[in-house]
Amino acid sequence: MAVADLNAATRPAPATPFQAALKDAALVALVAMALAGPIVGLQTVDRGGSLTVDARFAEVAVGIVIVFFGRLGLALSDRGLRLPSYGIAAGLAAAGFLLPWPTDLLGVLAIAAGAALVIRGLAGQYGAHRQSKAALATETDEEKADRLRRLFTRGLGFLLLAAAVLLPMMPFANSYILDTAIRVLTYMMLAWGLNIVIGLAGLLDLGYVAFYAVGAYTYALLSKDHGFGFWGALPLSGLFAASFGVLLGFPVLRLRGDYLAIVTLGFGEIIRIVLLNWTNFSGGPNGIGSIPRLTFFGHPFVRNAPEGVVPFHQLFGLDFSPLHRSIFFFYLILVLALVVNVFTIRIRRLPVGRAWEALREDEIACRALGINPTNTKLTAFAIGAMFAGFAGSFFATTQSFVSPESFTFLESAMILAIVVLGGMGSQLGVALAAILVIGLTEAFRGLAEYRMLVFGLGMVLIMIWRPRGLLSHRDPTILINSGKGVRP
Amino acid sequence: MSRPLLTVEHLTMRFGGLTAINDVSFEAQAGHITAVIGPNGAGKTTVFNCLTGFYKPTVGRLTLTRPGSDQSFLLERLDDFRITKTAGVARTFQNIRLFTGMSVLENLMVAQHNRLMRASGYSLLGLAGWPSFRKAEAEAVEKARFWLNRTGLIARADEPAGSLPYGDQRRLEIARAMCTDPALLCLDEPAAGLNPRESAELNALLLMIRNDYGVGLLLIEHDMSVVMEISDHIVVLDYGRKIAEGTPAQIKANPDVIRAYLGEDDEAEGAVA
Repeated sequence: MAVADLNAATRPAPATPFQAALKDAALVALVAMALAGPIVGLQTVDRGGSLTVDARFAEVAVGIVIVFFGRLGLALSDRGLRLPSYGIAAGLAAAGFLLPWPTDLLGVLAIAAGAALVIRGLAGQYGAHRQSKAALATETDEEKADRLRRLFTRGLGFLLLAAAVLLPMMPFANSYILDTAIRVLTYMMLAWGLNIVIGLAGLLDLGYVAFYAVGAYTYALLSKDHGFGFWGALPLSGLFAASFGVLLGFPVLRLRGDYLAIVTLGFGEIIRIVLLNWTNFSGGPNGIGSIPRLTFFGHPFVRNAPEGVVPFHQLFGLDFSPLHRSIFFFYLILVLALVVNVFTIRIRRLPVGRAWEALREDEIACRALGINPTNTKLTAFAIGAMFAGFAGSFFATTQSFVSPESFTFLESAMILAIVVLGGMGSQLGVALAAILVIGLTEAFRGLAEYRMLVFGLGMVLIMIWRPRGLLSHRDPTILINSGKGVRP
Repeated sequence: MSRPLLTVEHLTMRFGGLTAINDVSFEAQAGHITAVIGPNGAGKTTVFNCLTGFYKPTVGRLTLTRPGSDQSFLLERLDDFRITKTAGVARTFQNIRLFTGMSVLENLMVAQHNRLMRASGYSLLGLAGWPSFRKAEAEAVEKARFWLNRTGLIARADEPAGSLPYGDQRRLEIARAMCTDPALLCLDEPAAGLNPRESAELNALLLMIRNDYGVGLLLIEHDMSVVMEISDHIVVLDYGRKIAEGTPAQIKANPDVIRAYLGEDDEAEGAVA
């Protein structure tokens, strides 16, 4: 008793929330002063060849006042005093609009600070509301959330598909947009293929682009030197790439994790270097050019066809447009990518798909259940490689030129980034990530080399917010209590 | 009685200079529970790893004869996954190894991989949704449902296996092993970490497996209440050697076993005290 009394007597009275917030804001204002003093307050000016320093105390002072009030509002809001926080926000915004500021930027900052306070406050209220609801959550709520999530993903999937089907008919669809969309879909297809290897079977393959290269070169050589058409060369390229997958996989699949990653990385480089140096076979650094362009089942996309060949636009009685070819390519890669997607969704629910996932989870347990790990991994490797081969032959026919330049490690890294960002094993997540990654690098094309920095920043941010990928939820492949399996 | 389910002859396993198992021989009968006990480090788990192909024994012969057929398998010559696939030996692990991210039901479906794989025509018929595959899959689900009912896990069948409590995970691992249709089920410390009620449930489950399916059980266990209650036959190992073998009553009375567990009762110790 006595001790407790003593403690109570010597301890200072606990600070009220308002006092604590005031202290916090003052501290932050002090830090702002220390930082802004030299950075904002001192300006170097070039005067007649000599450098002089001007002081800008007014800006610093105003800036510190904004920081003080902004932080005060934030601190109050965090301590549950939402009303005063909104008051400060209103004051800041009003001041931003009404007061004469030394520079316009400070006014804008004041308004932005007010807006941020309001958003923060609302988000806090919403979070508290959700928490109080979550405390009361029952089984049925969980089921409802589950159903909603499933509905959302399926809706988003259909929306994306509809957007893709309609894209070429849009008035704004020019050849740049179509080419970008083709690129996005090519990467999407590659990432879906790699998703089988990494996302389902858990085999970290850093040399995936090698199979893409094998497919592209197989297509190039078959169609140019042996007169194969697209539909003949496509399956052969896929099969050839798959057999390369088996060839590589057989010796290395006993390795795990990092070791497998290193070996596949090496394999990717070997393929590229062989293509670069075996000039007789692959044309070396010059690559293989003038690969026959894809025709519409025998009708080429050209203005003036040679004698006896009906070009595409005459077949349908249209005016010639170079867009026709792009549109055809677009739909072709859309169909190819969807084939990969549907295949993956279906095979995930077959015994082999479950065995892949089981191998990813625990290989030793798989052995104890009588699953042949080598064969199971090989099928994943071969199927992934086959899809890369398909994508490669599509690439060869659209570009009508292949060279080792297109198959560097950066491509493997890009495809891997898409898979990881999307959420390993999630088909829709991978599709979104492909749009995001390729779209972002296209959008920041103006930044030239710096766009890789933007790309890296985006990756870091996504990994902070969603460390397991954009969509990381895994639906079971089969359900017993609700009657039937769900579609992922 | 015909040939025993499992015959272990002169099993020896050396790791470099260390002899983990030294010339151990015993038999296990179908429809019996055979327990392998011994102090820590006696080599019990090493025996299991040899039986299930995770280790290749240095010396010895391990013969498994499936009841009802005269076909025998020499386990020491088979790959680990073939031991389960063709010879019908299933096992559980001392530290549970479930597919934690997959649902409980999926764990049991993976256990029926080989039969389903054949039924799916190595995925070709399965991709086409062939009726015979659908039928086989429905049968596999029924089998899983049966074991889920027996282990009391049916209500949580669609949840990730990793979200189950510890005791349920132990039972799920046994159910998963049973879904491979084994002739011999090897359980590595199935009662470890279970409370008395769960341990009693486990006893009932193991006796049910023995009585209703005629499966031979081989059991490593430290919990003597489990061992003495359900075992038909006990093999005692100490420092890699077999020091005793017999029924629970015989083992309880065996002075060598008591010495191995409780230490030497020798003169010198008494003098010092």
